[in-house]
Amino acid sequence: MEAFGLFILILDATLRVSTPLMLAALAGLFSERSGIVDIGLEGKMLGAAFAAAAAAYVTGSPIVGLAAGVAASMLLALLHGFACITHNGNQVVSGVAVNILAAGLSVILGIAWFAQGGQTPQLPEAARFTPLVWPGADLVAGVPLLGPIYSELISGHNLIVYLAVLAVPATWWVLYRTRFGLRLRAVGESPEAVDTAGISVTWLRYRAVLCCGFLCGLAGTYLSVAHNAAFIKDMSAGKGFIALAALIFGKWRPVPVMGACLLFGFLDAVAVRLQGVELPGIGQIPVQFIQALPYLLTVILLAGFIGKAVAPRAIGVPYLKEH
Amino acid sequence: MGPEGGAPPAIELTGISKRFGAVQANRDISLTVAKGTIHGIVGENGAGKSTLMSILYGFYRADSGEIRIDGEPCRIHAPRDAIAAGIGMVHQHFMLVDTFTVLENVVLGAEGGALLAAGVAKARAELQRLERDYALEVDIDAVTGTLPVGLQQRVEILKALYRGARILILDEPTGVLTPQEADHLFRILDGLRKQGVTVILITHKLREIMAITDTVSVMRRGEMVAHLTTSETTKEQLAESMVGRKVLLQVDKKPAQPDEPALAVEHLTVADDAGIERVRDIGFSVRAGEIVGIAGVAGNGQSELLEALAGIRPVRQGCVRLSGAEITAEQRRDPKEMRRLRLAHVPEDRQRMGLLTQFEANESAILGYHDDPAYNGPVLMNRGTVVKDCEGKMGLYDVRPDDPLLKTGGFSGGNQQKIVLAREIERDPDVLLVGQPTRGVDIGAIEFIHRRLVALRDAGKAILVVSVELDEIMSLADRILVMFDGRIVGEVAAAEATETMLGLMMAGIDPSETQEATP
Repeated sequence: MEAFGLFILILDATLRVSTPLMLAALAGLFSERSGIVDIGLEGKMLGAAFAAAAAAYVTGSPIVGLAAGVAASMLLALLHGFACITHNGNQVVSGVAVNILAAGLSVILGIAWFAQGGQTPQLPEAARFTPLVWPGADLVAGVPLLGPIYSELISGHNLIVYLAVLAVPATWWVLYRTRFGLRLRAVGESPEAVDTAGISVTWLRYRAVLCCGFLCGLAGTYLSVAHNAAFIKDMSAGKGFIALAALIFGKWRPVPVMGACLLFGFLDAVAVRLQGVELPGIGQIPVQFIQALPYLLTVILLAGFIGKAVAPRAIGVPYLKEH
Repeated sequence: MGPEGGAPPAIELTGISKRFGAVQANRDISLTVAKGTIHGIVGENGAGKSTLMSILYGFYRADSGEIRIDGEPCRIHAPRDAIAAGIGMVHQHFMLVDTFTVLENVVLGAEGGALLAAGVAKARAELQRLERDYALEVDIDAVTGTLPVGLQQRVEILKALYRGARILILDEPTGVLTPQEADHLFRILDGLRKQGVTVILITHKLREIMAITDTVSVMRRGEMVAHLTTSETTKEQLAESMVGRKVLLQVDKKPAQPDEPALAVEHLTVADDAGIERVRDIGFSVRAGEIVGIAGVAGNGQSELLEALAGIRPVRQGCVRLSGAEITAEQRRDPKEMRRLRLAHVPEDRQRMGLLTQFEANESAILGYHDDPAYNGPVLMNRGTVVKDCEGKMGLYDVRPDDPLLKTGGFSGGNQQKIVLAREIERDPDVLLVGQPTRGVDIGAIEFIHRRLVALRDAGKAILVVSVELDEIMSLADRILVMFDGRIVGEVAAAEATETMLGLMMAGIDPSETQEATP
């Protein structure tokens, strides 16, 4: 029973750690399936985290914080779109620029507005997304097996965690069941086919980039207004890049991408548990090793175990008509 | 001319002009096409055919001029306007999403609502009707990229018809097809014509113009130079108006005087980059003083064969003999060693492998021979010699403009090809490999290149030509080998070859087995 309880706790932590990864990876999926490389997921999350924390602190409302986070992230996405779609710029360079811009701007504005060394002030409980307790969670907590699953794993997360879980089937549905999804998948493979079919490549890619900004906004808000209670300098801490690895690992498809995010989240949750623990015969596992695992796994597994990840054909290539 | 003589023409273009920078692509073009007819447009590369059709399809906007569809003035500023006006286009390079099913490709852009389910169900029924009515059978649930090109082309036609096209533009539609597939396409077009669809066929193959069109227009240097009724013209007359002077369509050559084999291939097997065997256990030889042609639909192993012979791609099994040397899986030789063995190679894709488009012509003209002491001083390259050398070649091969300092990419396709040919032929090789000698080359330059190759043959050299143009193989080669699926499926003396026979072999069918005689 002890082991089971621990297992539930690790799964619970997995879900919490995976939430921003899933949102950011799905964000990247929208962008990259439309043919726009996005290594600026990290920057958009960071920008959103700052804007959300600042707005939630000033207004005291987590919803306003969420709106501000999403807006900031979508603005950065538009900037990326303006460089890559309108001006056919290099998508990697533009993505790096977004990352640098967000890292610098969030700290500078933080110092200017709150004078706390780049952080935002601690948010009171009312200004945060707090855990939602599902009906009957306390009642069934004592029931063996199912009780902890319901009360710990299913109930008791904040709104954004549930949004992230719902975002997976929603993304799948949009991608495979709607006109927008069909066109989005087409424009990442063959923009010329989309153009000759009488559809604007530019407008389509802008919409994809905006979807990406929206989801990154949720991810960033989660970091500062739900998971934590303030914005801290560089708090996205590479999650945008892990999300990108998960996107490739999941071969740009929503459900496998979710699987990859959960796997990476699980490794992270286990790493926390293993900190300082002596394993028989192995000794202490350095935390850094486990933190590097997502990247190692992506490289090793993609190198031969789960087949080639074929990127959308037109990814990274600006669409230019000849002449 | 057509049965409905009183009806307004399907297409009427007046005074269309379009300029790209310094290039006047279209100059004051007028064109009238009657409803329910097939109209051919011929012209050399760069004559402005594709630009004109791109204007009609809304890809580019004309600087001036008017478009009328069915007598009504029509503003076409984007493909969407053209589709709305009932115009469909089958591009030379298919505009298909390879990873989509046929059905998804057809509905893309005409989904009929924000959700797919309803539109897809409707499309499925409508496609079955279209396939039946126009003999356009395709498996609509197949993944498009896995279909052979002939079927992909049908998907393009279905796409246009599904959008209600009454005018269909086809840009060089037969370039990738076997003769049989091309004939099937023409039967489809004939069926469309009977149903009142107007077809515009852009091609450089005069044979096709004569076979299928009702009327034909000729373009030269951005202008319309002739409007003709097909039944009242000849191939020779069309060729002459395309080039602006008389052209010899048939290569004029004496019978070959073949000598000893200069290049021998035995049990050769070659794999592509993915490790799939593309050339399987083939053997043949090329004798000094003959031209051997390899016919086949693109992608049947010809490219891999050429690359292996040129030393670019390793041999997996078998051997190649040349100038007393052997190339096998164990004994690899790189292109430089092959050159030393007096073999020269004109690659199929000159832009990718034959030239550096960003470099000056004189640099491209010594590519691969740049370490020749004649071009080099003790430390530095001798640029003066290189430029002078290039000037000489340009004069000999009539390269225009004859400016060795111009960027290679600035020359037309035909002149780029002449630069490559000059470089390789002037080295006086014993064996010359030529891939697609006249792909993307103007009719006038084709004649020149063919004459050069025949002259080289008459000088006692062995030449291997790989081409997907059957006409070219038939007129140039002394012996023809047909490749299908990595094997040589037949060998014919050029004098005895017929197009039907080669076409069957190109499709992997042994002509001696088909008893049914084709008239």
